[in-house]
Amino acid sequence: MPQLSRRSFLQAAGAGLFVLGAHRASDVWAQSQTQTVLTGSHFDLQIGEASFNFTGHKRIGTVVNGQIPGPLLRWREGDTVTLRVSNRLAARSSIHWHGMILPADMDGVPGLSFAGIPSGGEYLYRFKVNQHGTYWYHAHSRFQEQTGLYGPIVIERRGGERFPTERDYVVMLSDWTDLDPERIFSVLKKHSDYYNFGRRTAGDFFADVRKNGLGQTLADRRMWGEMRMNPTDTLDVSGYAYTYLMNGVTPTGNWTGLFSRGEKVRLRFINGSSMSFFDVRIPGLKLSVVATDGVDVEPVSVDEFRIGAAETYDVIVEPKDDRAYTIFAQAMDRSGYARGTLAPSLGLEAEIPPLDPRPLLTMGDMGHGGHGASSSAPMDHSQMNHAPANPHAGHGAAAPSTTIEHPPTEQTPLLDMQVDRPNLELDDPGIGLRNNGRRVLTYADLRTIGGSIDRRPPGREIQLHLTGHMERFVWSFNGQKFSEAKPLKFQLGERLRITLVNDSMMTHPIHLHGMWSELEDASGNFQVRKHTVNVQPAQKLSYAVTADALGRWAYHCHLLYHMEAGMFREVHVEPADGMAHHGGHGDHS
Amino acid sequence: MSALIKLPLALALFGSVVTTAAAQEEHQHHEHHSEERTQSERAHVPPEPPQHPMGDMSEEEMAEMMDMDDTAPFGMVAFDQLEWRDTDAGDVLFWDGRAWFGNDYNKALLKTEGERSDADYEGSAELLWDRVISRWWSLQGGVAHDFGEGPSRTWATFGVQGLAPYWFEVEALAYVGEEGRTAANFSAEYEMFLTQRWILQPKVEVKIYGRDDPANGIGSGFSDAELGLRLRYEIRREFAPYFGAVWSRKFGGTADLAREHGDDTDELQFVAGLRVWF
Repeated sequence: MPQLSRRSFLQAAGAGLFVLGAHRASDVWAQSQTQTVLTGSHFDLQIGEASFNFTGHKRIGTVVNGQIPGPLLRWREGDTVTLRVSNRLAARSSIHWHGMILPADMDGVPGLSFAGIPSGGEYLYRFKVNQHGTYWYHAHSRFQEQTGLYGPIVIERRGGERFPTERDYVVMLSDWTDLDPERIFSVLKKHSDYYNFGRRTAGDFFADVRKNGLGQTLADRRMWGEMRMNPTDTLDVSGYAYTYLMNGVTPTGNWTGLFSRGEKVRLRFINGSSMSFFDVRIPGLKLSVVATDGVDVEPVSVDEFRIGAAETYDVIVEPKDDRAYTIFAQAMDRSGYARGTLAPSLGLEAEIPPLDPRPLLTMGDMGHGGHGASSSAPMDHSQMNHAPANPHAGHGAAAPSTTIEHPPTEQTPLLDMQVDRPNLELDDPGIGLRNNGRRVLTYADLRTIGGSIDRRPPGREIQLHLTGHMERFVWSFNGQKFSEAKPLKFQLGERLRITLVNDSMMTHPIHLHGMWSELEDASGNFQVRKHTVNVQPAQKLSYAVTADALGRWAYHCHLLYHMEAGMFREVHVEPADGMAHHGGHGDHS
Repeated sequence: MSALIKLPLALALFGSVVTTAAAQEEHQHHEHHSEERTQSERAHVPPEPPQHPMGDMSEEEMAEMMDMDDTAPFGMVAFDQLEWRDTDAGDVLFWDGRAWFGNDYNKALLKTEGERSDADYEGSAELLWDRVISRWWSLQGGVAHDFGEGPSRTWATFGVQGLAPYWFEVEALAYVGEEGRTAANFSAEYEMFLTQRWILQPKVEVKIYGRDDPANGIGSGFSDAELGLRLRYEIRREFAPYFGAVWSRKFGGTADLAREHGDDTDELQFVAGLRVWF
């Protein structure tokens, strides 16, 4: 029956090795005594609790098969996989297969896909795998993802990798905390800047005066003061609360991947964190980005890339020297980093670069005039021909709309800014990465190989605004929290465009379940297919969606505490004639 | 209709409708895009419809199942000031605290401030409803009770609290009491980050009364002002010892009454205390 193959191999002193294959994958997959690779088509997964010590303090984590991250699941494109997931927690649990195209009742979101996995119960997931690449799985129940319930998925491409390499490693980044996530959430609700230990101080004021003069410094402080916002608010939860992990190993533990000089090494980066963006680089090596969110892209060579929560990037490196290289993943707010090493043998280390200076949001990030990127035309109400509040409004243009209309629901006290002149371009690497002297990946660099899954132009456009209130720690779409909003309705088979306008000063990784998000450039040309799309502060971007997945799906910000605070919508894909009504959240009211 | 009956019906409908929709889609492709399909179009396989779609449920049931409730209430207890003051009349313990419980829109709020000198307590307690009305402001209304050496006074109170431009925490409340008494309080404070943990907090507070209340040492008009400057060190954000100085001054009839009692009308006090919240 179950064809589980568990192989445990090499172990390094203090370093948990999480090594994927070389040449023939199944032979060379290895990891420490605590890390497991599961292959085949039948899997038994147990959700439970286990004790961990990442920081010097013992804490209980939420685990799959006893591990953080959970075991690597290795599937094959074309296989039908069966996953029996049992729940040994006292609470209801769930596993969502992030980025997988599968039937709605296999998606693992309690309340939408299924009833969740009750304590002591189990759920049988079964679906055909029709894609390949790097994905991951995680809990979709409260804060279980934060406490450790996540793990990588690698799906072998039918016919072999498009970009074969000698080595293949998963590099899963995450943010561990010794704190109770419920406590973090309630603290954010009371003092949203609690975890920000990078605020501008009196010392910074005088330094700015010396650098920019008194007038300019005062003008800058006046603008931020008038808005009652803080330019250092880049991440809500910082390294003060988090220990950043690479494959479940702390920076001191130094996860290590081995290579021999001249080999090509594929690194499958997965951001499995709850609240963190990482800026990743390997000093001394060029990163050839070959896939994102599981989808192959035309290779692009960069020094550094930013990875948002839930995104994945596959990069290939070719170390030419017989020495160690540091894999450095600094948190976007520079409050800490995850770190590992690529080395010809275990125990070698390379220099760890210093953290970059803390980034400051600019007025361009607030939609007050760009930082080089172009902005849309001024608001012209007479030109508006769509109603974003109404998802059924028609808008059949080839290019995304250029008008910004703030829906009436944005008239809420739980919203602290609106952007009328958003940044439209995809070529901005984002705060902290601009002009840093390194070649930094942007979405404008990403081009999916093989084009779009659907060449039809979008039949209509839904404009959604990413909204929130920093001080009150409320997050929403169009000013409406999940509890206040009705589901978005998609018609089965339609091709539509979603335009996101970020009316907030935070970057949000937006994840649509069940269907691909096909990111377009500002003119509406297909760019890259993703499952999670970062939207920068004051940015407007669009993606096309083919609504070919019947049922009820989650659509949300993948920053876990933003989602819990309300930045979540149900998407309901219904047959075109509106039959087969099976009720939804808010439908009955 | 019960969910049991509905489910098979929905399933049956799903099946038929999906087939139709897929056929329509295929037709459209042939009609509008006779050129070769993209590699991704050929590779992409839409998912099967769910075999067990979720049925109707109330928002409460759904929130419970999802374990995600963006309407959940929170609560907080905070003492901005819990301090010792070195006054002319000797050591005084002073407190200024509040507790609230509620959601993003509505909160029940208990505020109290006062002092204890020797064994005497003097101060106020207010029970308020706090309703958010705009991005930065909320309305507050409720009852207030002043207690101390003199006769107690009870008031109905109404006002606003919020964050003014440039990060000033502002509170302005009006009071209406028995026998036509009226009063108003205004306070504003600011936090200056000297470092990430050393924080300087200036605060100003003024009180105005509509009528004389000699039994409580109050004359009508602008009666008291207090200017405080406290420097705290946040060992943790929620646990911060501080020290500072408070300059207070009485005006008008209130000052006259103080002089009659032989008290000073202005005073500079050194303070040391603890700012805590949880």
